[in-house]
Formats: sequence, C-alpha cells, structure tokens
Amino acid sequence: MKIVVCVKQVAILGDEVEFTSDERDVDEDYLEFALNEWDSYSLEAALLIKEAVGEGEVVAVTVGNEDAEEALRRCLAMGADRAVRVAAEAAHAADPLTIARGLAAAIGPEDPDLIFAGVQSSDSVQAATGTMLAELLGLPRVAVVTKVDYDHGARRAAVHRELEGGLLDIVDVQTPAVLTIQTGINQPRYATLRAIKQAKEKEIAVLEDAAVVPPAYRVRRMFVPTKSESAESLGDDPGEVARRIAELVRVRLS
Amino acid sequence: MSGTLIVAEHLQGRLSDVTGELVSAAVGIGAPVTVAVIAADPGALIDAADLQGVDEIVAVRAGAAEFEVDTYTEALAALVSERRPDAVLLGFTVNSMSYGPAVAARLGLGFASDVFAISKGGDGLVATRAFYGSKVHGDVEFGNMPGVVLLLRRTVWPAAEAGGGAARSETEIALPTSRARHVEFVEAPAADVDITAADFLLSIGRGIGGRENIERFAELAKKMGAVLSVSRPLVDAGWAPSARQVGQSGKTVKPKVYLALGISGAVQHLAGMKASGTIIAVNTDPEAAIFGVADYAAVMDLFEVADELDKLF
Repeated sequence: MKIVVCVKQVAILGDEVEFTSDERDVDEDYLEFALNEWDSYSLEAALLIKEAVGEGEVVAVTVGNEDAEEALRRCLAMGADRAVRVAAEAAHAADPLTIARGLAAAIGPEDPDLIFAGVQSSDSVQAATGTMLAELLGLPRVAVVTKVDYDHGARRAAVHRELEGGLLDIVDVQTPAVLTIQTGINQPRYATLRAIKQAKEKEIAVLEDAAVVPPAYRVRRMFVPTKSESAESLGDDPGEVARRIAELVRVRLS
Repeated sequence: MSGTLIVAEHLQGRLSDVTGELVSAAVGIGAPVTVAVIAADPGALIDAADLQGVDEIVAVRAGAAEFEVDTYTEALAALVSERRPDAVLLGFTVNSMSYGPAVAARLGLGFASDVFAISKGGDGLVATRAFYGSKVHGDVEFGNMPGVVLLLRRTVWPAAEAGGGAARSETEIALPTSRARHVEFVEAPAADVDITAADFLLSIGRGIGGRENIERFAELAKKMGAVLSVSRPLVDAGWAPSARQVGQSGKTVKPKVYLALGISGAVQHLAGMKASGTIIAVNTDPEAAIFGVADYAAVMDLFEVADELDKLF
C-alpha cells in the first residue's frame, strides 16, 4: 500500500513588507517559511492509515527549490518513509496549475493507492492544487475531508466532506483518489529531536520537470490593501483599553 | 460565444445564496449571463435561480439529487466546450473547490479562487485576490487563455433580487456515474449553546496560547455577560466544541458586540462575523486582518487587557 502526501513550504509574511522591483511579488527578505499547517494533518492521516493497514509506504512530495526540502525533512521526521522534490523555482507564489503539473509528474509513476493534499496552503489559499492534480492524473477526488475510513481490500474509502456551516456529507469514493484534508481531522504527532536529526541525513530524491506550461494566472501587481474604514484605536494602555471596552459593551447592549 | 456562465449551487433542494451573489458579479462582467442548474429535478431550482440579471437558465439533468463531483465536472466541461463563455463564475465553496479547478486544468482555462474583485484590463479580465495570509492583495491576469474559471469569495457581492425573466432551456449531456457518491448528510452535533443567538460574543483565537487558558476566558465571558465563541484553530486542537466556532465552516454570527481576543482574522473567520454590530479586536500583530473589519482596535497583549477587564466586571 502506498500513500503520497503533497506538501508545501509556505511563506509567512511578517509585519513589514517590501515588494520586488516589478511589484509582482513580495521581496523574499520579508518572508519566513514553514510547513503548511494543513499538510501536517494530511501527513498524520496517511501515517495513521499505514499503521492501521499494517504495511505500506508514505511518500512526501513537494514542488519547489532547495529551500522547500525543509518541509520534506519535517515530514520524514514525523514518519514519512521517503521524500521527493520536483525542482522548480520558489513555489510560494506559484499558481496552482504549475504546482499540480509538477506534482503529477512525480506522483503518476508512483502509482499510489491514495493521494492526500492539504485543503489549501496558508499563503495562497487557492484550495485548487489537489483538485487539479486529480484531474491531471484522471482520479476521483473529494475536497475538505474531515474523516477517512479506507478499505484497502475493497479499494474504496468512506470519507466525510465538511460543507459550509459544518454540515457533513458522507461520500463513498473509489480509490486511488485524491483527498484534500482539512485541519482538525486528527492531532498531528510531534517529531522527536532524534527523528529530526535523523531526517537531516536522509536522502531526498530530486526530479527535474522540464515541462513548461502556461500558468493558470500571472500576477500583474501586488500591493498593500488600502484600509477603507480603519478601526478607531482604543489607545495603548491596557487599563484604558479595558475601560473603553466596558463602556462600549454597556452602551451597545443597552 | 461570449458572456458569463454560472453554475447554481444547491443543497437538499434549496438554492444556495451564493448563486445570487454570482449573478451580481456576472452582471458587472458582461452579458449574456447564463445560469446552469445541474440537478436530478431542476424544476423548482430553475424558478429560484431566475434572478434579476439572468438572461438564460439551462438545466442539466443529473442522476443524483445532491452534489457529486464527477457529475459537475463533466457537465461544466461540456457546457464550457459548447458555449465558450469568457468567464465561468463559481462560489469559493467546498463543492466548487472539487470541480472548478479540474475543469480549468482540463480545458486550459485561466483560474483563480477566493476572488473578491473583478475588473476589465486591456487584454481581458483582471481578478483581485489575497496573498501571503491576506497581508497583501494582488491583481492577476490570464493572458491569452480562451476563458477563465473564477471562484468568488462569499458575501462580497450583494445577492441578486428575485424576479428575472430568463429564457429557459434544457440540454442533454451524457453524465457518468460519479466515482465519489453522496451517501448521506450528517448534521453537526446539537450544542448546549447557540452562539448565533447571543447579543455579545467574547471570541478567542490562537492568541490565548494553550488549552489551560480556555477556562479563564470562559469565566471572563460569564462575568462580562458574554457568550464564549472561538476561531477554528481552537476547535482543531480539541480545546473547544465546534458548536462555538465562528466562521465559514462554523456559525455565521451577528451579535451587537463582537469582542475578538487573539484572533488574526482568516478569511473564513471574517466571513462568519463581519456583519456584527460593533467589532472590537485585540491582537499583538498590527497587520492582523481582523483590524480590517474592526470598529475599535487595540494592538496589545490580550492577557494584559483580560487582566484589566477582570477588575472591571
């Protein structure tokens, strides 16, 4: 049994921002990076299934430059058996089709039983890469999954799809399939210090994907949103802030 | 062909409000506006989708009553191939996420999601969306793509009014049995509290640090006469029940006062509370998105404020 988990090293923007000279992206000096929050849940979901089935392999795959290998090492430390990076430019601002094509090039030959991806990446919030990947691989998919009951022998899974307002849609899906995993589906395990150290020594396979395809969009320009109606400041003294909150509550509720 | 194609969203026989919002957005882009109703029994849904601004409603008869992903994928792909609209508009919803991007990938169309503004540039549509955790916005363009699929943020466009006079037709599309089948719906478990009924919500987020602090804010809420609500990360962590969650996947609330402590304001959270009467936000990050919808703001440690509130109530 094999499960592929698609992960992303996401960019986190701090309090300050400067743009590149063409204004099409944020200057990388202002970015920090981490494993996408959703991806630790989907990796945990894969590890739990492998443990329940009693055999198998969990493979973490990402698209990006060498810096993105940090996300893969995090996955290896959590328990992934293998990691593959599809070489590309920094992926944080890439469009979902470009990422999905890179993922498909690596995952197609793996012939997995299940493919997991996070619902979305915290930096771009497209919620589209997993669905595009499924289409490129010709696989069924379910988006925003909060429970997976996988029947390896029957090659199907009963999954919960979380709709707006928290309504659950129980779906029966043939596998292989792509499932996009929602936060909260489990409690991701922590990597031990020893596992983190060991993960640094593991080899990461690098795949060169030469295919150049038109992206789903091009960024024309990025900008800091103008605050149309900015909030009124309550001041910088905690006592004063509390007094004003109390007053607002009293007035608005009366 | 040109114009804008919308796919109506419906659940348990009821047209979703998002459909009306899509119609409003479509009217701003370009006529004719066509709404596709993909359903086992389209009749009543067609009437509901006949909103002002809709030029045509086309029904596609599906095998299943509820949403199934392959049905929608094949129906939309066939409609786009036949009609070649300039733009396909879908809601940024769980259903759309599972087929809109697939149709764009298959047909080589441009794609963007969580779009909250659309304009016309020199060479086609320009969509505006957020990047980097909503701290910056970006205009994206689609070059020479033969069309675009855009998933639009909820509650940005006003819902179109009822009372259109659209032409109605039905088209035959051979639809497969979906490889992912709807089995049943399960309602969220009944709650001991209804946060949607509260006049005053004290809402806490990741900023509270750890589970051990939940009780403290539950007590503060009680003292202040507020009902405690939470943002999604606290539910994900198992610290709070989903019945108390504000946001797109939780409850949409409209209290007279919404006091947000340590909530950064993810898009999905803002969608669930931005209609509140008075919004007060306390957060250490001056760039937190919650301040974009707040009426009153304090950039400081929420615990310092909580300590002071404890003395006042």
